[in-house]
Amino acid sequence: MQYPNGPSAAVLTEADVRRVVRSELSRDPLSYPGANAAAIIASQGTLDGAYPPLILATTAAASGMAASVFFTFYGLNIIHKDFRRLLKVSPLGNPAMPMPVPLPNLLLGLPGMGPLATRLMKSKFHAKHVATIAELIESARDLDVRLIACQMTMDVFGYSPEDFIEGVEFAGAAAFLASARAAHVTLFT
Amino acid sequence: MATVQVQEDTVLDARGLLCPMPIVKTAKLMKGLSPGTIVKLLTTDRGSLADVPAWAATTGNELLATSEAAGELTFYLRKG
Repeated sequence: MQYPNGPSAAVLTEADVRRVVRSELSRDPLSYPGANAAAIIASQGTLDGAYPPLILATTAAASGMAASVFFTFYGLNIIHKDFRRLLKVSPLGNPAMPMPVPLPNLLLGLPGMGPLATRLMKSKFHAKHVATIAELIESARDLDVRLIACQMTMDVFGYSPEDFIEGVEFAGAAAFLASARAAHVTLFT
Repeated sequence: MATVQVQEDTVLDARGLLCPMPIVKTAKLMKGLSPGTIVKLLTTDRGSLADVPAWAATTGNELLATSEAAGELTFYLRKG
């Protein structure tokens, strides 16, 4: 077979192709550079939404991968200095959320229901010894996870770099894609 | 199953902790150890039954033995 690129193009026989395919298949999948990088997007600004990106990023870094999390839109809450107050859970329109007593949405919309649900979730996490968001952020920094704030959403929401925790970087879509294109693990959370 | 006699050099007690902390703490500890060092890891997180072997396999560390007694899991890991 000949590539249609002129006389200098490589000519591959069927045996060549078979050899290349065999050698690729026998390669250790972990030897690919992309197997050692994870690029995660965090777009949710709720307490329950903060866990998946932080758990995956810390575990990726603990597994020897170069991990980065790109915080965009409401996900910026997670790396905001005030994350303890900002990250909440909402029982409204969330039929999967375990409540002590099943309540209709009409009642869940009443003032105080959000804070109540947040308190319930935090006490459940505490009772089960789930790491707090603060502990996960500390672990992430410890493990050199790159925490990147989306500059565009910062501008839209009126945030300045000082609003975020120590060590946060600032970038846009092109910077995320530059690392994501070299990472086998890319997740949108 | 043959009995495995392993003598650990250091113990990591991750009992009571849930995902991802047993792995995060194991990685942090093993990072500072020299190759060949044996770590005895204790957990109560059922998820670590799958997570510890997966972590060891992808990080070049060796899982020497696993055992379970009264809800406690014990892993012997050799730093690679």
